[in-house]
Amino acid sequence: MTGFDLSAILTNSDYRAMLLHGIETTFAIYVGSWLLAMTLAILLLAFRMSPVRIGEPIVKAYISYHRNVPTLVQLMLWYFGIFTLLPQGLANWLTDHNAEAIFAIIGLGLCQAAYFSEDLRSGLRSVSPGQMEAAKALGHGYISALRFVVMPQGVRNALPPLINHSVSLFKNSSLAIVVGASELTHAVKEIENLSFRTFEIYLVGTVLYLFFSLIIMGAGAYLSMRADPARRARA
Amino acid sequence: MIQDIITIIHDYWLLLLIGQYPNGPLGGLANTIILSLLAILLAFPVSILLALARLSKWRALRWPVTGLVYVTRGVPLLMLILWCYFLVPLWTGADVPSFLIMLVTLVVYEGAFLSEVVRAGIVSLGQGQMDAARALGHSHLSAMRFVILPQALYNMIPSMISTFVSTIKDTTLGYVINVPDLTFAASQVNNQLFTQPFQVFIILAAVYYVLCWSLTYVANSLERRIARRRAGPRRNARLATEAVPLKTLVEQP
Repeated sequence: MTGFDLSAILTNSDYRAMLLHGIETTFAIYVGSWLLAMTLAILLLAFRMSPVRIGEPIVKAYISYHRNVPTLVQLMLWYFGIFTLLPQGLANWLTDHNAEAIFAIIGLGLCQAAYFSEDLRSGLRSVSPGQMEAAKALGHGYISALRFVVMPQGVRNALPPLINHSVSLFKNSSLAIVVGASELTHAVKEIENLSFRTFEIYLVGTVLYLFFSLIIMGAGAYLSMRADPARRARA
Repeated sequence: MIQDIITIIHDYWLLLLIGQYPNGPLGGLANTIILSLLAILLAFPVSILLALARLSKWRALRWPVTGLVYVTRGVPLLMLILWCYFLVPLWTGADVPSFLIMLVTLVVYEGAFLSEVVRAGIVSLGQGQMDAARALGHSHLSAMRFVILPQALYNMIPSMISTFVSTIKDTTLGYVINVPDLTFAASQVNNQLFTQPFQVFIILAAVYYVLCWSLTYVANSLERRIARRRAGPRRNARLATEAVPLKTLVEQP
């Protein structure tokens, strides 16, 4: 093996195509599981706060399971376990449609929903009940008070943990390599096997992950700044 | 289904508990617990040093460490494991067992995360403690050692336990480099049975659940006790709620 040579990786069009495909799959998994997680988190929160008595314990059990079992084990349970229990037709259809990525999205999304739901809940709980009463006294209905008074404050309080967990979801998308999805880490390992330039390709992979993580953090910081009423009033 | 699960536990409980120990390396649940305990014990002093460096007034010390913490937080653990898997044998020039590689990775990773917890603990004490200690004749280091750190570390015990829980969950990633832990043992069982993957992995999930749930329970009850103690014996309830917010974010694996 010769010395350090980054261009051997970056100028090779095959490797570039593999890296690009890896980034694409990573983002497909990330965006898919983020949307699934956020939708589910809101549904879980609504179910928990609804007057239905059974809602609270069910949601609590859901969150407890997904927070106390390692994400990797959850993914393995989905891909190696539940996949085999599905009816044959559905399993065949999934195999034809990139089952690895789909199960990665489902596994990561369901897991992350537990964290997002807790973040949103603690954000909403930090809004004092007086806000709701005041809004009602001013003539808002329950929904409209929630929409215009409680929610904006609650989501603002929930933003920092939501951003943190969005970043960790992005990093967790690398776990999809274990079920065989062809995401960025997979591409990095593949190129390492082909080129034997371990140091260079790991460096490229690390910089890419770091770059996207920092972009997500930066976008989050921008959102928090935009949401800050003190700053908005000054502008 | 239930019958299958009971049969698997009955046949393979020893493999899941200690791996192939008398005839091979220690593995299974025992190894998972040993690995995460060692990792957290070694990461603890590292994290204090990193936190002190980040709070230091010298830029030459503060900036590289801040960079290191950001890199470690922005890169997936899996990528770090691959780096260590490549670098540690290269530096030591020896055939390093995957257990040690995983341990090194976890110490770096959890050390960086824990350093944020330590830093938050120190900052949340306020400047007054340091000023008072300096006024009483302590040097900066001795004030840290005798006044700041004992208080900060005591308040951090719950966050420390949650970091321990995430360390346990992070050890599962050793699967990628074949660390003989609980996940590895379960996949061995799965390979031998071949027909009952769901039953095997549900057992695996259940074991992790029990382990992490009980530790989280301990952390939560300690947190309540410490919050009460910080609020003081004869204060009113308003102060008790003010003392709580040392809830530092711990990354989930």
